Amino acid sequence: MIYYDRVSKIYADSSVALDDVSFSVEPGEFISIVGHSGAGKTTLVKMLLAEEKPSSGSVFFESVNIHEVPSRRINDLRRKIGTVFQDFRLLPQKTAYENIAFAMEAAGRSEDEIASDVPHVLDLVDLGEKANNFPNELSGGEQQRVAIARAIVNQPDVIVADEPTGNLDPVNTFEVVQILKKINDLGTTIILTTHNKGVIDSLKKRVVTLDRGKVIRDDREGKYIL
Amino acid sequence: MNWLSIKRVFRAGFLNFWRNGFLSFASVLMMVFTLFVIGLAMFTGVILNTTLQQFRDKADMNVYFTTDAPESRIMDIETSLKALPQVATVDYISRDDALAQFRERHQNDQLTLQALDELGSNPLGAVLNVKANDITQYDVIANYLQSQDALASGSPQIIDKINYFDQAHRDAIDRLAQITDSATWIGLVLIGMFVLITIAISFNTLRLTIYSSRDEIQVMRLVGAGKTYIRAPFMVEGVLYGLIAAVITLLLLYPLTWWMGNATEAFFGGINVFAYFLSHFLIFFGVIAGSGVVLGATASFLAVRRYLTI
Repeated sequence: MIYYDRVSKIYADSSVALDDVSFSVEPGEFISIVGHSGAGKTTLVKMLLAEEKPSSGSVFFESVNIHEVPSRRINDLRRKIGTVFQDFRLLPQKTAYENIAFAMEAAGRSEDEIASDVPHVLDLVDLGEKANNFPNELSGGEQQRVAIARAIVNQPDVIVADEPTGNLDPVNTFEVVQILKKINDLGTTIILTTHNKGVIDSLKKRVVTLDRGKVIRDDREGKYIL
Repeated sequence: MNWLSIKRVFRAGFLNFWRNGFLSFASVLMMVFTLFVIGLAMFTGVILNTTLQQFRDKADMNVYFTTDAPESRIMDIETSLKALPQVATVDYISRDDALAQFRERHQNDQLTLQALDELGSNPLGAVLNVKANDITQYDVIANYLQSQDALASGSPQIIDKINYFDQAHRDAIDRLAQITDSATWIGLVLIGMFVLITIAISFNTLRLTIYSSRDEIQVMRLVGAGKTYIRAPFMVEGVLYGLIAAVITLLLLYPLTWWMGNATEAFFGGINVFAYFLSHFLIFFGVIAGSGVVLGATASFLAVRRYLTI
């Protein structure tokens, strides 16, 4: 489904973010990418979203080379991938409901679909009561759950969660991971980057370990070993 | 873009405007400043124009006829002058009128009046006072008159002199033309510079407003929104700034011109800015609202483009 083929990324100041990275992700998988800060986890994610181009190698999504997609078609690609970030990245001028509705509007969905789907995903992340609150009126955990709801509302094939628990306390971290597991159980592929040992060890799913831009381990039921 | 998207774009534009609160207020205020300067520039242009026109109207040309010139021939010349496209007005001053004017002008000068009485007859010829449409056209008219007079073969020449051919008079007219020309230019350049500067300031304000939304724009891109769909609400917001600023500007100009109306009429003569504002309201509305809308839309369009690159 997703295939990184000998991907390298060297930035202009000749610092190496990724060095000849290859691995693939199967549909329905829950894969965690772990590593210290600066190991290249976020760069991997940015390439999947076409935010960054590899210096060499290719990234394929459903057999399409992402970096050969013309820029006006990038939107279609991004709608198939739900994204969750460490800093939530909600639209501050929009309520929780509107943030989720925006992703649907951008995908050209009808008002009826929006009216029925948004409350549904808000219930799924247990935020039905806070639909009309603005992001600054929500706690970090709540904001992250809105972000997850936004990521899943268009029923993407894959969810990319880049350090989603980085800014959260242990209770919220546990909740967010539980929600991601639930989404995975419903059949959505999940790519999770983290450096939270507890999260990885409790998941008992595939773990790809990065160190200084290289893949040093790829374990089927991995643990956080660094 | 379909109807549903257009509806959403407008809704988002209005909502952003409302929720941006202070930022919207500041942007509108800046825009009011720009549009106000544009409005003042329009008034300045008109005042400058009418004032300079009045100066130019002071220039004229007198054609003096000989004392024995038959009135019918003077009348012929007057008609032919009026037929010239360069001529604005022609006033005929008969010999008797000329004498009366002379007496009035010298009513405190007994010596001159006595000398005049000694003469017994009227020494003054009739005069045609000619005003041209434009200050530069006296040359043409004067030459035309001279050739006409010379052409009247068989009969004696009746034009005694044309004061345009006096070097002093001619220099005065040329200088007046030069001064008013350069005053117009300097005025227009100054107005233009002012307008450009305020437009630049307004542009920058809108850029800063959108700069504060740069993260949002990137998030919108990452959740899969198209470029037009992201950009359009910002343009709606920009147009809204422009329209509201235009209304405020027009509302401000009303009492201001009313207050200044009589003063400008007395000072510059001829033009009452309040009356002018009212009679040309549609033009003011068009220019000010049009500038606001165009400024808001283009500034937003350009500012958003910078953050749409991902």
